[in-house]
Amino acid sequence: MRYGAIVIGVSSGGLNALGKILPSLPQNYPIPIVIVQHVSPRSDGYWVESMDKVCKLFVKEADEKESIERGTIYLAPANYHLLVEQDRTFSLSTEAKVNFARPSIDVLFESAAEVYGKELIGLILTGSNSDGALGLKKIKEEGGLTIVQDPETAESSAMPAHAISTTSVDYILPLEEIQKLLIKLSESD
Amino acid sequence: MAAKDSTEIEIDLLLEALYQKYGYDFRQYSDAHIKRRITNRMVLSGYNTVSEMQFQLLHNESFANDLLHDLSITVTEMFRDPNFYRSVREKIIPILKTYPFIKIWHAGCSTGEEAYSMAILLTEEGLMERATIYATDFNQRALDDAKQGIFSNNLIKEYTFNYQASGGRASFSDYYTADENMAIMNKNLKKNIVWANHNLVTDSVFAEVHMILCRNVLIYFKRELQNKVHRMFYESLINGGVLCLGSKEGMYFSELKDVYQELDPRQKIFKKKY
Repeated sequence: MRYGAIVIGVSSGGLNALGKILPSLPQNYPIPIVIVQHVSPRSDGYWVESMDKVCKLFVKEADEKESIERGTIYLAPANYHLLVEQDRTFSLSTEAKVNFARPSIDVLFESAAEVYGKELIGLILTGSNSDGALGLKKIKEEGGLTIVQDPETAESSAMPAHAISTTSVDYILPLEEIQKLLIKLSESD
Repeated sequence: MAAKDSTEIEIDLLLEALYQKYGYDFRQYSDAHIKRRITNRMVLSGYNTVSEMQFQLLHNESFANDLLHDLSITVTEMFRDPNFYRSVREKIIPILKTYPFIKIWHAGCSTGEEAYSMAILLTEEGLMERATIYATDFNQRALDDAKQGIFSNNLIKEYTFNYQASGGRASFSDYYTADENMAIMNKNLKKNIVWANHNLVTDSVFAEVHMILCRNVLIYFKRELQNKVHRMFYESLINGGVLCLGSKEGMYFSELKDVYQELDPRQKIFKKKY
């Protein structure tokens, strides 16, 4: 299998969008998934539990120094940036907000691109800001695969539209097609 | 071993120079974090490679100070994570009340917001008179700000919310004097705070204390350095003393995790076993 990780960035409308992609991934899905969802800094992580209930894969908040393993969906904790280290573990950071966001999608995407290079899949979903556009560009530059939700089908089109205007992305698809593509990519050599 | 890419080599050399010339040691910080901070400075200063910054670092002290400031994260707030301070009130204050004198070490206090928060909390619990807060940081610029106790008025609304959510017993405005731009913390809050320059990486045990707060500092350290600092904290704490970490920090990877009892696992509060 070619891919070592999938990173997903999503903002407003995120729970719905993720709910249409993640629950249908099989229990033996072989690529680890790391998600930055913009949430309030005071979020208690309730959505981690709600997502874990509906997914066959294990869903958890990423812990600092934790190894990134298959069979798991990791979510960035509220109010921390999430970064990927060369040894494929997580780092957390409380440095200033980037694009008005902490966690920021760009921070995760840029650090993951450095580590996984062409083994990385980057996915931008619904959201009403521009976070993630530069991160997705970096993924593309490092040879990774870039996917963006079709802005026409997104609850908030701004974030996908910004990503598309910044990078010549590989796929622009509605959620159902993204879900099918993620399955297909996990099966290819 | 796979060959390192050029940027990684340049960053290693830059950190080595920073250490050899100025004594600040970032060599055991998390790579992704360091790379991000250094690349930010490079872009801000208009350089194309990290090597170009090496010359500046060695020959331009003001550049060195800027870089140092970039590498130290000064993001903090009053009563950060209100539920933590609520837990301090409920679970730690009763322990502290049993001692005639109380020494608290706030390690990595940055610009001081949390040290002032602790001073407010101790005042409300009637403990401030017998307490000393040692608030330390390696970043002198941040420490100098902390000593002033002046905060932007824009932040007061957020801080007031935090204070109330933490179980504050008075009105937050009782603790500062404000004009249209700035809020100045009351003098009596500063009375028992000792501000001191201390570097967790290169300095040794600070004092014997009853409580240590070190929140969101160790996340930037590699595991080996985390363990070293944990040993220092353990040596500093009295038996039965309390260690408070950031909300996403644990003792998971510390070789010392069994010598503490979890006082509040959710708020990452640990008690040193007798």
